[in-house]
Amino acid sequence: MSVAMMTMLIPKASETIPVPTVHQSNHRPAQFQMPPAETVTKDKTAAIHIRRLNFYYGDSQALQSISLDIPQNQVTAFIGPSGCGKSTLLRCINRLNDLVDGSRVDGRIEVEGQNIYDPVVDVISLRKNIGMVFQKSNPFPKSIYENVAYGPRIAGVRKRAELGEIVENSLRGAALWDEVKDRLEASALGLSGGQQQRLCIARAIAVQPQIILMDEPCSALDPIATAKIEELMLQLKANYTIVIVTHNMQQAARVSERTAFLWLGKLVEYDDTHKIFTNPSEKLTEDYITGRFG
Amino acid sequence: MQSFWKSGNAFIWLTGMAAGIGLLMIGGLIALILMNGLGIFWPARLEELTLKDGSKALGEIWNRERIPDAKSNAPATRIRVKIGNRDFYGLDFRWINEADISARRFPDSAFVFERQAWGNFFGYATELALAGETMARGAEQTAAALPKFLVETGRLLQQITHIEKKVIGDINYEIEKRRLTIKRSGLRQDAEAGLISQKEKIETEISALQKQYDQNEKQLESLREKGEAYQLTIQAVDGRTKTMTLLEIVRAFQPNQMSKLDKTGLYFSRAWEFFTSAPREANMEGGVFPAIFGTVLMVFIMSLAVVPLGVLTAIYMREYAKQGPFVRALRIAVNNLAGVPSIVFGIFGLGFFVYAIGGTIDKFFYPEALPTPTYGTGGILWAALTLALLTVPVVIVTTEEGLAAVPAAMREASLALGATKFETLWRVLIPSASPAILTGLILAMARAAGEVAPLMITGVVKLAPSLPLDGHFPYLHLERKFMHLGFHIYDVGFQSPNVEASLPMVYATTLLLILIVLALNLAAIFLRNRLRRRFAMGQF
Repeated sequence: MSVAMMTMLIPKASETIPVPTVHQSNHRPAQFQMPPAETVTKDKTAAIHIRRLNFYYGDSQALQSISLDIPQNQVTAFIGPSGCGKSTLLRCINRLNDLVDGSRVDGRIEVEGQNIYDPVVDVISLRKNIGMVFQKSNPFPKSIYENVAYGPRIAGVRKRAELGEIVENSLRGAALWDEVKDRLEASALGLSGGQQQRLCIARAIAVQPQIILMDEPCSALDPIATAKIEELMLQLKANYTIVIVTHNMQQAARVSERTAFLWLGKLVEYDDTHKIFTNPSEKLTEDYITGRFG
Repeated sequence: MQSFWKSGNAFIWLTGMAAGIGLLMIGGLIALILMNGLGIFWPARLEELTLKDGSKALGEIWNRERIPDAKSNAPATRIRVKIGNRDFYGLDFRWINEADISARRFPDSAFVFERQAWGNFFGYATELALAGETMARGAEQTAAALPKFLVETGRLLQQITHIEKKVIGDINYEIEKRRLTIKRSGLRQDAEAGLISQKEKIETEISALQKQYDQNEKQLESLREKGEAYQLTIQAVDGRTKTMTLLEIVRAFQPNQMSKLDKTGLYFSRAWEFFTSAPREANMEGGVFPAIFGTVLMVFIMSLAVVPLGVLTAIYMREYAKQGPFVRALRIAVNNLAGVPSIVFGIFGLGFFVYAIGGTIDKFFYPEALPTPTYGTGGILWAALTLALLTVPVVIVTTEEGLAAVPAAMREASLALGATKFETLWRVLIPSASPAILTGLILAMARAAGEVAPLMITGVVKLAPSLPLDGHFPYLHLERKFMHLGFHIYDVGFQSPNVEASLPMVYATTLLLILIVLALNLAAIFLRNRLRRRFAMGQF
């Protein structure tokens, strides 16, 4: 797919931007110099500030000095080839990487002005504040109701009426209510793939987080289910800050305002989605989005 | 030919044969037990054999075989006859050469008397007397009158057993309780005046109970006298007669004139007795109810102990412990524990549970009963705990596998919602692993129900005076000794005074034990399948 075709997917595509010339001879990605972290100016309105984040799996470094600001109530997409560290970066934001034996992190991630890797931070309340939707839908082997009520129950909601209200609102929020309202007691495993993924979104928003992380949420879904989830993301961003990891560049172009391109654990380029897909500053980004590698 | 070997067809045959041999052995074992175990309640016909020397024998024909040292070419055979009447003949069985028999017949009037003592009597009823007065004379009259009188004595017998077992048992229990109270207060150094007056009160209570006891004893005597008034004279086939009271007779029937329907009725009546009543005559006759009860209760107590212990250990090893040489060593140790001979567990149970823990409990909580041990001797609790130790490796291994099989995505989903590790374990991992835990329990129960060796030294007895569960507070008496089907098989089959006669009992008990293990397993499998349906890890 050419950049020209890509631009047509973006509603605000400007006709004046010239189509970049495609690299002719070199199949290997161009060399890339990392910008110094200090050059990234801090955006005060952003929901998440990531500063010089390094992450190691044992001896191998998965993330190298990542710095970026994720704006509030917008969709930010992480793109890049497999193994570039985009999922690792996402999992650093809710500290799910803590579970990996032998992993190590340095640098800062600030959420609401607090460095989440500060020893005083309570991981449990952090994760309540940052919901997550996974690549494969992973509802618990419980009823639909119990799946959505799981988070609130953990958070200490006991009253039946209150729980019922949360469940209904969350399912409505995930555009699933009309499909399941008559079978809340049925097993969640009986739902279709797309419904299961929306149930997972409902489960995530039931604890009323500020931020929702989505790790390739549509990779196992068919186009219709994908379209529903994408539509849902556009609705959800009114209330939540959404960070999405995706392999699908059209998806990034369709749903996100900001896009970060990662490559071999480095942040190559981070800019408005429109700019990344039409006029990337880096040669490497252009090569990737035009399908020269990846 | 080479292509035949290469194709692997030979290997398929080999694997099929191995599976087939296993199947054949299991099938053969079950068929043997079924054939021998199911048939024993069916009443056999009584055959009267007249021998060439003029003597006679009456009994059930059990089997026929060729005489081992028959020198002549003519096929000489002999038969094994159960002649019963142990009080007359001393032995229950007799081999008779068929060549020596001059006449055989099935006399209609022949009786089988199942007795409280001395085993079965095969013979004829000649006279029935009540309080010295003849009520019926001759085979026919007596046979006709017998059932009515047996019902009467049966009622008497019921009253007698009720008083013996229940009423007097209760009084004894109360007296013993009070004696121990006195003894306990005597043990205290600071015996005060209040205690002394209390002691007097208790002593008057005891004497009142003692009076009750004497009364019941008297009533018992009069009932026995009443029963002994029913006198039945029976005659063996050799003409010897014996007079006994009807109280001694459990059942009397004439198999040669019974219809199929009568026999079926008798079959079920005997089977019912087998399941529901206590054994008599050194376990060779009667039922096995205490053994059934003991086995099931012991397995339940074991399950209650083994599941928490095994599951908690597995959770620690899989979820909390740092995976390293220590946990690896622990895992090897657990697996090796499963290979330790069960008698070693029995000895450990005796030393640790019975003497160390039980002895300590006695010292602190039951000093008044010493030197008679309460918990410091084998009992159902110690036996169950010993078996729990024996079977815990199975539960640990299956639970660990169950926990490992829960997809990582479940764990992450729960943690990402702000659940702690404990909440994740409790609400997601353990429910998802519960089918595996139950599989472990099924294996543990099957093992425990069939294990005998460790029980023999931690609490099983040949004949337990009372069940571990009764009407006296606290109802469940974990310190009591109990009976067990596996041990019962050993005891009846190899330790009874008349092994030959008790062989059918061995088969029936074996069949019952297999059925109980099967029933316990089916119950657990049913539960597991329900859980599996609930926690199925389906992915669209």
